Amino acid sequence: MIRSLIYSISFHSVIALLTILSLPFMLRDPIDLPPIVSVELIQITDKTSIPYAPKARKIIEETKKKEEERLVSEQAPPAAKAKEKPDRIPLPNEKKEEKQIIKKKQNPEEVKPEIRQASEFEKKEIIDTNQIAALIDKAKEEEAVEQKKTKKITQSSQKNSFASGLTLSQEDALRAQIFGCWSVPLGLPYDENLLVRIKLKLKKDGTIIKSEILDHQRMNKPGQKFYKVLAESALRAVRLCQPLKVPPTGYDKWKDLQLNFNPTEMLQG
Amino acid sequence: MKKILLILLLNIFLINKSFALIEVDITRGNLDPLPIAISPLHVDIKSNEYEGIKIKELGENISKIIEDNFRATGLFNPLKKDAFVQKPDIAHLKPRFEDWRLIKAQALVTGKLLVKDQKLKVEFRLWDLAAAKEMDAVAFTTTPSNWRRVAHIISDKIYERLTGEEGYFDTRIIYVAESGPKNQRVKKLAIMDQDGENTKYLTLGNELVLTPRFNPTNQMVTYMSYFRNMPRVYLLDIETGTQDVVGNFPGMTFAPRFSPDGKKIVMSFAKDGNSDIYTMDLDTRVVERITDHSSIDTSPSFSPDGKFIAFNSDRSGLQQIYVMRSDGSGVKRITFGKGIYGTPVWSPRGDLIAFTKMRKGRFYIGVMRVDGSGERLLTENYYQEAPSWSPNGRVLVFYRETKAGTKGEGFSAKLWSIDITGYNERRLKTETDASDPSWSSLLSK
Repeated sequence: MIRSLIYSISFHSVIALLTILSLPFMLRDPIDLPPIVSVELIQITDKTSIPYAPKARKIIEETKKKEEERLVSEQAPPAAKAKEKPDRIPLPNEKKEEKQIIKKKQNPEEVKPEIRQASEFEKKEIIDTNQIAALIDKAKEEEAVEQKKTKKITQSSQKNSFASGLTLSQEDALRAQIFGCWSVPLGLPYDENLLVRIKLKLKKDGTIIKSEILDHQRMNKPGQKFYKVLAESALRAVRLCQPLKVPPTGYDKWKDLQLNFNPTEMLQG
Repeated sequence: MKKILLILLLNIFLINKSFALIEVDITRGNLDPLPIAISPLHVDIKSNEYEGIKIKELGENISKIIEDNFRATGLFNPLKKDAFVQKPDIAHLKPRFEDWRLIKAQALVTGKLLVKDQKLKVEFRLWDLAAAKEMDAVAFTTTPSNWRRVAHIISDKIYERLTGEEGYFDTRIIYVAESGPKNQRVKKLAIMDQDGENTKYLTLGNELVLTPRFNPTNQMVTYMSYFRNMPRVYLLDIETGTQDVVGNFPGMTFAPRFSPDGKKIVMSFAKDGNSDIYTMDLDTRVVERITDHSSIDTSPSFSPDGKFIAFNSDRSGLQQIYVMRSDGSGVKRITFGKGIYGTPVWSPRGDLIAFTKMRKGRFYIGVMRVDGSGERLLTENYYQEAPSWSPNGRVLVFYRETKAGTKGEGFSAKLWSIDITGYNERRLKTETDASDPSWSSLLSK
């Protein structure tokens, strides 16, 4: 009798204990709120256009020279490079691959150890920029889409720098400036192609030497009256914005600039 | 062989190099009103006098009308004249672009006029100040008493040149002018210029009039009035003033509207508590029944191509908007939202239908696509209805009534306009209280 009582008490106490221990957990709200991520907006010009360390620059310049020499003298086909995805900054290992491709087609003795050194250095530096670039891409999805379209990095610019001629914040600054100047005409049709491409030739201070509408002939086509109005508004925006907010350096990269005006997104939104 | 290869390679290399162009996408701009300078028109000193018109002030007056038109659109910001830097005559020859740019103008309108031999000759130029060039130049001759219309036509030309869309200034609005206490309203048909000037009354006010509508040529008006105490659809010729009852219906007819070709009238005919939609050919007077349903079908409105008719019906219980082919087949309900929908009006551009919606005792004017999607309510108020489109499909005019006290005090009815974006809500100037507006098409077409 006593024994069974002891059993009973001990079992019950165990169950009671378990209940006490486990119930509060069950009571707790099972939904875990995602932690609040604080975002700090920073100027990234310094980070997206990292100046080469003097030593590294020397090495890179040397390799560049050699590459150029080789290209001219030995007719290495540059087509291998063109395959690269144009929408992002080349990763260092991709660079390596390219170089390997070139290597195969050339004398193995030609490949100097400096090249590897350079790429290793690049690796260190670039990883950082890439990460930042990736973060920005995530943070601004829209921007990323635009970047894809705009950053058609060509072979020569790839060789000279890691990104295109303008860094993200430089591009943003320019874009924001033109947003402010552009009065979008309102009578535009919703279902037509509204892309206006304007090619500019700039002075060092950002003033315009020459501006040219690329689809000029479309302006005078019948039924495309709206296009003339739109193209003129874009041209007016560029002129009003003078001088454009261009970076203080790298004039050669941006002296020719193409602006693609497209209000479709805005009209739909 | 080697040479060819070399050339090929060089070519590839050079082509690639030429592509090294930075592109920046501009996907947004601002919708701020465009700053525009409208210089007074220069009056030629050789101008003769003309009876009833102050020729010396004509230049000022015309530019004032253009300015008012542009301000009312909400899309332009006409700049103050005291900031202007050049005299009208000199500016008209060749403006000093840099000076005009200083006052932040983006476009400039200049002009001159001459009154001679009972004729008014006006010429104007539109300048793009940023590009420093002339965008448009037009001259025309008319009788001097037409000077207000000249100002409206100039406004239309400039508007079209700067927005890419037709203007709507050289137009008129027909409406029901109301006066007297609420329970004893006198209602007359009235017509005025779009800016509220030149009001004329077309009926005397002995009979109640409702829902006037223009035909496409703006010469005829159809409306509802009473004939032997029965509401009937009438036809009125504005030029001659002749009135006609439309058709020989054995009951009441209401909610008339012209077809886009102006040859037919579409309206409702009610008998024994059931109303259906009918059309009548104005030449042959042949009447055709379009809907045949035990519900109340009313407020028909043709699409601009004449192929479809939008109307409202309570066949599903509450009043909703339906679309059918113009022969009555293929009836499709397009509104499914909460509340009551009425007075569908097809936009002249054909892309939207404007409507009135009532929900929880409030009235809304809205637009939606012709399949009923993309409903946007533009304005909400105590009581408002009867939207009518500007000829370019950008602005709606409607009327709004205020709540009256127990004895009818504080009651008023006014015309309002709103942009289809939902911005720029404005009250239209009318001499009296007004309701049931209908916007004409462009007169100068």
